[in-house]
Amino acid sequence: MANIRIRRAVTSAAFATLAACVLGGCSIEPWVKPYERDHMADKIMSLDPNPVSSAYIDHVHDAREGARGATGGAGGGCGCN
Amino acid sequence: MTRGIVVGLLLLMLGRSGVAGVLPEDRADVLLHSYDGGGVTIQGPSLLVRKQFAQKFSVSANYYVDRVSSASIDVITTASPYKEQRTQKSIGFDYLHDRWTMNLGVISSEENDYSAKTYTFGVSQDVFGDLTTISLGYSLGNNEVRRRGDATFRDTVKMQSYRLGVSQILTKNLLVGLSFETITDEGFLNNPYRQVRYVDSGSPIGYSYEREIYPRTHTSDAAALRMRYYLPWRAALSAEYRDYHDTWGVKGGTFEIGYTHPVDRWTFDGKIRSYSQTKGNFYADLFPRSHYQNFIARDKELSTFSSQSISIGATYDIMKGGWKFIEKGSLNIVFDHFMFDYQDFRDLRSIAATPGTEPLYNFDADVFEFFASFWF
Repeated sequence: MANIRIRRAVTSAAFATLAACVLGGCSIEPWVKPYERDHMADKIMSLDPNPVSSAYIDHVHDAREGARGATGGAGGGCGCN
Repeated sequence: MTRGIVVGLLLLMLGRSGVAGVLPEDRADVLLHSYDGGGVTIQGPSLLVRKQFAQKFSVSANYYVDRVSSASIDVITTASPYKEQRTQKSIGFDYLHDRWTMNLGVISSEENDYSAKTYTFGVSQDVFGDLTTISLGYSLGNNEVRRRGDATFRDTVKMQSYRLGVSQILTKNLLVGLSFETITDEGFLNNPYRQVRYVDSGSPIGYSYEREIYPRTHTSDAAALRMRYYLPWRAALSAEYRDYHDTWGVKGGTFEIGYTHPVDRWTFDGKIRSYSQTKGNFYADLFPRSHYQNFIARDKELSTFSSQSISIGATYDIMKGGWKFIEKGSLNIVFDHFMFDYQDFRDLRSIAATPGTEPLYNFDADVFEFFASFWF
């Protein structure tokens, strides 16, 4: 139970922090400059290069394991735009 | 029957489309999949098409089929082998505005004994100078469960999912992702065919069967941490850990490491994955008597077990110079080998002098994917 409470507290704190930043329009100076993101833009750095394949294999896991959820990323990408 | 979890397939596809600040690429994928293990074969196609328009909108559509032929350990010990087909269709819609995207989707899945319809909604936003992408998502599913050969049986399942995802560029070579998801189910949650076994001295084999009884609610929490690191020789190293627990007492952990290496037109992938879980509170391989407790289950996915798998994949880039309206393409093959080992689920194909002393069950499975992708 203690683990569950800690996990929920961390999740709540993360939500609150992120919401405050998004709503407040954070103006943190990016420490990785746009011109330094060529490695991030490389296709081998994509968290999900083939959605049709990753969705299928996640389905295989879901069907045979008790665990479920949190399999999708927030999206990879290079943040170059 | 493959239950409501199948809906997750497209839910993931829709959810993953939400990279903030940029719409999904225009692409089409044609995939053929094949699963063979534990007496079950599942094959079928999956077609996925995405297309942008007006530089602000993107639509996607998916058609997916599972053709199932099952003589699994459950089926051959308590029922008869069967064949069935599940067909799933979905459409998704993405809208881009400045640094945020919104996505909506509908997923519909049909089997002869299960119908599912799921609505998804999500938003993503880039913050911190585009170093961070935050995604929030919600899904609502309304499913109907039926039982072949029993026209009087009909029940429902309502599913809700809440998702939070953050991806963060930590250094120019390191990308990290965090995902949280809570899923709640309410309704008829067990397989309407599966049975538990209990000690029965009046039976020649020492035990008899009766139908499973599950709680009508189920809530799970999962948290995953992923990283991807760009190596000095143009290759990528990936790692992932997922922690899981639910209100049925199941606790699971998943660990995966992978390596991606491009060579000219080829890209090679390798992964090792390990999964283990504890059993659910109301699971038993053999109950001491009939209706031993309020809830009874003998689903091996609720037992204590572990699985190890290896995955290798190769991608070959084609049409590098483009062809007609196609900008580029790729041909892909992926092979996964799974090894499942159960700690408290016994193989009832063997007859034991004393029920409950049969050998523990295990099986291997092979999964193949062949797919072609085209960008336009």
